[in-house]
Amino acid sequence: MLNIKCPYCGDRSQKEFAYGGDGTITRPKLNQEISDEEWDNFVYLRKSPRGKHIELWHHIAGCRQWFKVERDTTTHEIFRTFKPEE
Amino acid sequence: MSQNFRLNTGGLINRDKPIEFKFNGKKYIGYEGDTLASALLANGIHLIGRSFKYHRPRGFFGAGVDEPNAKMQVEINGCSEPNINATEIELVDGLSASSQNCWPSVNFDIGAINNFLNRFFPAGFYYKTFMWPKSFWYRVYEPFIRKAAGLGIASLEKDKERYEHKYEYCDLLVTGSGPAGLASAYAAAKNGAKIILAEDKPRYGGTLLTDDVTIDNLSGKDWSEKIISELKEMPNVIVKNRSQVFGYYDHNMMVMFERTGDHLEKKPKYTPRQRLWYIRAKEVLLSTGSIERPIVFGNNDTPGVFLSAAAKEYMKVYGVLIGKKPIIFTNNDSGYETAIEFKKNGVNPIVLDTREDQNSELINEAKDLDIKIKFSYAVIVAHGYKKVKSATIGKLDKDKIDFENTEQIDCDSICVSGFWTPTVHLASQSGNKLKFNDSIDAFVPDKSKQNEHSLGAANGTFTLQDTLKNSFNTGSEVSKSITKKDEKIQIPNTNERKYSAHDKFWCSPLPKGKNYKRFVDFQNDVAVSDIEVALREGYRSIEHVKRYTTLGMATDQGRTSNLNGLQLVANVEKKIVPQVGHTTFRPPFTPVTIGTIVGREIGKEYMPTRKTPMHHWHEKNNAVWVDAGAWKRPRYYKRGNENLFEASKREAKNVRDHVGICDVTTLGKIDIKGPDSAEFLNRVYTNAWLKLPVGKARYGVMLREDGIVMDDGTTTRISENHYHMTTTTAQAANVLSHLEYYLQIVWPELNVNVVSTTEQWAGAAIAGPKSRDLLAKLFPKIDVSNEALPFMGYIEGDLFGVKARIFRISFSGELAYEINVESDFGLFMWEKIIEIGEEFNIQPYGTEALSTLRIEMGHVAGPELDGRTIPYDVSLEGLVSKKKDFIGKRSLVKEAFNKADRQKIVGLVPLDRKSSIPEGSHLVENKNAKLPNPKLGHVSSSCWSVENNNPFSLAILKDGKNMIGKKLFAVSPLKNTSIEVEVMSSHYVDHEGKRVRS
Repeated sequence: MLNIKCPYCGDRSQKEFAYGGDGTITRPKLNQEISDEEWDNFVYLRKSPRGKHIELWHHIAGCRQWFKVERDTTTHEIFRTFKPEE
Repeated sequence: MSQNFRLNTGGLINRDKPIEFKFNGKKYIGYEGDTLASALLANGIHLIGRSFKYHRPRGFFGAGVDEPNAKMQVEINGCSEPNINATEIELVDGLSASSQNCWPSVNFDIGAINNFLNRFFPAGFYYKTFMWPKSFWYRVYEPFIRKAAGLGIASLEKDKERYEHKYEYCDLLVTGSGPAGLASAYAAAKNGAKIILAEDKPRYGGTLLTDDVTIDNLSGKDWSEKIISELKEMPNVIVKNRSQVFGYYDHNMMVMFERTGDHLEKKPKYTPRQRLWYIRAKEVLLSTGSIERPIVFGNNDTPGVFLSAAAKEYMKVYGVLIGKKPIIFTNNDSGYETAIEFKKNGVNPIVLDTREDQNSELINEAKDLDIKIKFSYAVIVAHGYKKVKSATIGKLDKDKIDFENTEQIDCDSICVSGFWTPTVHLASQSGNKLKFNDSIDAFVPDKSKQNEHSLGAANGTFTLQDTLKNSFNTGSEVSKSITKKDEKIQIPNTNERKYSAHDKFWCSPLPKGKNYKRFVDFQNDVAVSDIEVALREGYRSIEHVKRYTTLGMATDQGRTSNLNGLQLVANVEKKIVPQVGHTTFRPPFTPVTIGTIVGREIGKEYMPTRKTPMHHWHEKNNAVWVDAGAWKRPRYYKRGNENLFEASKREAKNVRDHVGICDVTTLGKIDIKGPDSAEFLNRVYTNAWLKLPVGKARYGVMLREDGIVMDDGTTTRISENHYHMTTTTAQAANVLSHLEYYLQIVWPELNVNVVSTTEQWAGAAIAGPKSRDLLAKLFPKIDVSNEALPFMGYIEGDLFGVKARIFRISFSGELAYEINVESDFGLFMWEKIIEIGEEFNIQPYGTEALSTLRIEMGHVAGPELDGRTIPYDVSLEGLVSKKKDFIGKRSLVKEAFNKADRQKIVGLVPLDRKSSIPEGSHLVENKNAKLPNPKLGHVSSSCWSVENNNPFSLAILKDGKNMIGKKLFAVSPLKNTSIEVEVMSSHYVDHEGKRVRS
């Protein structure tokens, strides 16, 4: 069970969080002209890197804030957690 | 029964308190402080079970977690449990144990014929034998394997015991209270660190209880007692015995299993039987010690063969002799400690040492005591079937691959010592790659992966002086970095005997022409020959050899067999052990009961139960419940002998004819506030939201980014910057997370806040032609006319002094209102409505009637919004704005979503107007077509239409738009039905939607 430091609440058990997927994806702007391929990439395609990965987590049983976590996908080592605007 | 093998003095048992227990139906006496194993041995019982595969007689081998054989069916307090390790369970009054894996009895076991047929049970037997024919699997092979394998019998009774979970946090977790654990815990505790010291056994001290050493002129036992009592006095220390740390997980999460109840004669009420601890430790000190390795020889599994340290432990801790005529078979000095202990207790052992005669403190001491020693000797084979009677021993030649001469000597037990294996399981679980230490022929922890440090024997340090020094220092250093305190501690003086080097001898060779079974893994019956077969058949990787032979795969995790197995593979493959590598250690280190893992999360505690404020009213009015997520909702209200069908029909009909009331508290409610709320809703929903006036509600559909419908519901503009959103009961949590995601991550510039208010509002829907009349009586001061409160209108009112929100929205398709009050007044509201509604024939209706009403109206719900449908599919395309962008819109232009024959929702009625169509039925054109019969769609929801008095269903059908009027078959292979149906509009009642606006 991971120990995750919520940037708003501090160290908490993984039990309080929900995983939110790749944290580097940016949603295309509203009303933006965009090719089918670009849209499909945004909706469906995700990398599954071995090693460092920036991902989203949601403090679902806590402050309900979404934030980002830099984690090693093989060792589960967490290098840092930070607010989305950081 | 007399305890013939109990010493007159000595041991740490309480001789004043005899305890009666049963084994295989017979009564025996032991003492308080015994384990089941030591009590049986005191009574001279060695034959305790049959082996897994060959059903060979088996006896005790170890004295703790090292024990591979003594798995028993144990009954305490009427609770029967299989596979209990007799060396670990403490003796309590009334305990009753029996042997496993034998029939009809342990003395006469028919399965033992396997032993004589063993040439037919080679390695990989199961893989080779049960391959074909396929049809034999269920009828012949599986029943056979189930009967032959398996150890004890799991109880079919409900477990009446209580199990608990506990969470704890500490600076240092110390696993094991031997010298390393005590020293490091003590040093760290002195620095003020918060410590948990866990000991698996009932007694603290580890090897200090059995080794002949002194620390600061105290015996090992006295010193450990002194340290423990000091630690117990310290407020920053938790000391726990009977507690096994069995798992090392991510981020220093340690899981520990505490036996809290089984050893108590009378367990106080609410004391759990076992407790699971989740411990998040900043640092972990692994002082798990080491386990003695056996030496492999012929028939080495005969009852009476023991680990030499176990024999010593039985004498020193329990005052029990495992034999009166023992052979000590050793390749190192440890065996001599056991020999000396025997001698001190009046037994004359004979020592066979595979090494040449040499000087060492222990050997000289043994010689001084006139203990008979044969150097360069080994046991070749043990004789005796149910108990060792004699042994053939031999003098090893120079290369130790053959014998110069052999002889047979009488004995009643054989104690083997093949040196020590550090217990590295937890270190390995933490991710520590182990390294092979050639000087001890075993793996030791390498570089730490997590915050863990191995100490003492667990780290391959086998002298007390070094162990104490390293452990005091590590405890001090590690805690200092946490507490910033540095209390100096004097490292105590020790007195211990020096060991001479061990011999790398691990297996007795077979004399020419002999093929004695030499077991490596007792619990899974893996012999030297089995591993040789696996290698001959081409298995190379140790992971493959392990799985093919099942070496080390039993519940003892190969604690006594892994290294000998590796030695054997290395020998045959002409490699060295580190090249062979080791298999993976996984939690749990020792077996853990399922009850403990589950803890209190059983029955109704499995998940929280959500009840609405009106729950007890429903209960009093014969509600039959249905689970909606964690919520309990009335499915119907039973009257007399009504069944579900009759009751729901009555309730639905009453809504259509008069007025009904339904508890809708469970709907998700989200409060939305902020100046950008309208803009946000406009992006979240597919339809337009910018122009919704205050005091109006609107129905909305939200999509996922892939264009699939996520949820639907109404949102009401309460005031300029304040909205009240409703979601379906099932999607409430997901929708909230979804909204938060877009507000916090995607569009943080929007000034909007969302919060769940599901629990804050109680909701009642009143539906039916009489609902307006009822509403007028509930709110006499409010104008509730169609003009003042039209469809999708919203108004606030005073319900007999309680502030209420009134929404004119409808799920049933009837004229309907939803009234919300603060939860505390929910029951008050409900009872008032029932009371005043009496004159209008009001009846409560449950989810079944609710479904009927919405299905015949063609309103979609969960079964249609199943994560596979786009707005078009469920005829909600009219709500999709062409003008503005919103979540998921870009996906809707996809080619597949715009095909001419795209699936669409339709209604179905059986041609006979009688047969109910099972939900999930497949729609096909020809029920007799050859398989695979092309599937055109599926039935999503079914009901009995109360309006038309015949069955009606909703279905998602390919090209549904153009299928109206066609005849199809709804086939359900599950219910074995095939019903001819007519396709029609999904709106079966009130096509134009007049009623809701009336």
